[in-house]
Amino acid sequence: MRKTPSLPAEPDSDAVPLLSARDVSLERAGRVILDHVSVQVRPAEVTVVIGPNGAGKTSLLRVLLGLWKPGQGRVQRRRGLRIGYMPQRLQIEPVLPLSVRRFLTLRQRAPEGVLLERLERVGVPHLLHKPVQSLSGGEMQRVLLARALLNRPNLLVLDEPAQGVDIVGQGEVFKLIDDIRHETGCGVLMVSHDLHLVMAGADAVICLNQHVCCTGRPEEVSRHPEYQRLFPETDMQGIGVYRHDHDHVHDVAGEVHEHHAGCAHGHRPGPGGDSR
Amino acid sequence: MMGGLLDDFLMRALLAGLMVAAVAGPLGAFVVWRRMAYFGDTVSHSALLGVALGVLLGLNLNLMVTLVCVAIAILLVLLQRRQELASDTLLGILAHSALSLGIVAVTFIEGLRVDLMAYLFGDILAVGTGDLLSIAIGGGVALLLLILLWRPLLALTVHEELAQVEGVPVLLVRLGLMLLIALVIAAAMQVVGVLLITALMIIPAASARRFAATPEQMAILAGIIGMLAVGAGLWGSFQYDTPTGPTIVVAAMLGFILVHLLPGRLIPHFGGR
Repeated sequence: MRKTPSLPAEPDSDAVPLLSARDVSLERAGRVILDHVSVQVRPAEVTVVIGPNGAGKTSLLRVLLGLWKPGQGRVQRRRGLRIGYMPQRLQIEPVLPLSVRRFLTLRQRAPEGVLLERLERVGVPHLLHKPVQSLSGGEMQRVLLARALLNRPNLLVLDEPAQGVDIVGQGEVFKLIDDIRHETGCGVLMVSHDLHLVMAGADAVICLNQHVCCTGRPEEVSRHPEYQRLFPETDMQGIGVYRHDHDHVHDVAGEVHEHHAGCAHGHRPGPGGDSR
Repeated sequence: MMGGLLDDFLMRALLAGLMVAAVAGPLGAFVVWRRMAYFGDTVSHSALLGVALGVLLGLNLNLMVTLVCVAIAILLVLLQRRQELASDTLLGILAHSALSLGIVAVTFIEGLRVDLMAYLFGDILAVGTGDLLSIAIGGGVALLLLILLWRPLLALTVHEELAQVEGVPVLLVRLGLMLLIALVIAAAMQVVGVLLITALMIIPAASARRFAATPEQMAILAGIIGMLAVGAGLWGSFQYDTPTGPTIVVAAMLGFILVHLLPGRLIPHFGGR
């Protein structure tokens, strides 16, 4: 069922990105945070934004989510887009009595069976009636993921999903996300600075440092000089260990878009520190 | 019959106090959850300025107090956005400037002797039938607004960005909360005075936390505990001839201490899901 190029892409077609930013710039308190950033999030793909601290990863996410208005440029979402959002960290004041069940249904009511099913999917059905404050970091991330799945999203947006989770748990969280996206076919947009774990499951990587340094498939990005300058300690070896089923792709010459993988514009020296 | 009851100044005082506590408690739960105690203080301290402006312009005092409180609240939010000064510094500046400005402005009003103490510490025994009506209207509107905004407010309190992504009109809800706080301050001013309004919001809510398993339980219990404090304070003030507003706050404080001295096993926990 190939579409002819002359026909406009139908809303469900894979050609239409779920979410795209075109030439987005953002300044806050006189500092350039995003500098002419263009990115696309395609359906059924895992898109990962990586970059050093203070690179503007979370800011880009906020702009894409519509939380912040970009100073310049445009953000477009596909019609009918349902976003399941999992914020970076969620700390709930101990003074607010709130059970997991109540937390899950803050925005939309759902029968207990559905809640249990979602919690079961992320492996924590026993937490339904626990106060949210009693959860460990890993349990909280799972509950957040379950909540993001409640409205059957076609795009999961995750900001550092393994934050505050120990190293074993991190692998589990990423595995869970990978499983879920294969089951549901939803797209995933993820911000992370955990290169190894994240690049292994990614279909597209956006390396951000105020501007887009390079984008492409993980193996393309990891070979890019700009990436190697930002993350000197990592190399192909390290990523190769974790890779699974994408090895066949980078050999196909037609798949490699030189203008995507390369940087078309001049680079300023990177910011001195990582403060923000 | 009802008219006869309302003729009694104690009855009017009790009724006014109960109405105010019934709204201040649930709203106080949000003040506690959102860590807005100092914010509430700042806004309530500006209420006196509203009184002065109301007298000078010949407008309804309650309306003017509400307007000034909303204005101060919005000013605060705008200033906090600029992030040049820390929030507590800003709050300190605004709270005490507004209070001083109010006191100075009140003394400028000629031909009208304003009982400053009554505004600072409340004068619940002087509540007239007209006051009762305006407290009922203000409190009723506030309670209705709180019920309407309950779910979005709760979502916002748990995580603002998450709420926004999920379609909560954040700005509108926040404005609503400010209007709520202003309405309650205007209603509570006569009961406990501008200096003590925040106490009537946060102490009952803090006491209610020990019994509550859901946000709703905590809010309703806060209202009930506040009403008990009003009753006890009014009785104590009559018994020992003490100023009523501070006595009500002392009663609330005693309740808070009592609640926290109770051993855990004696605390009834309401089943919550």
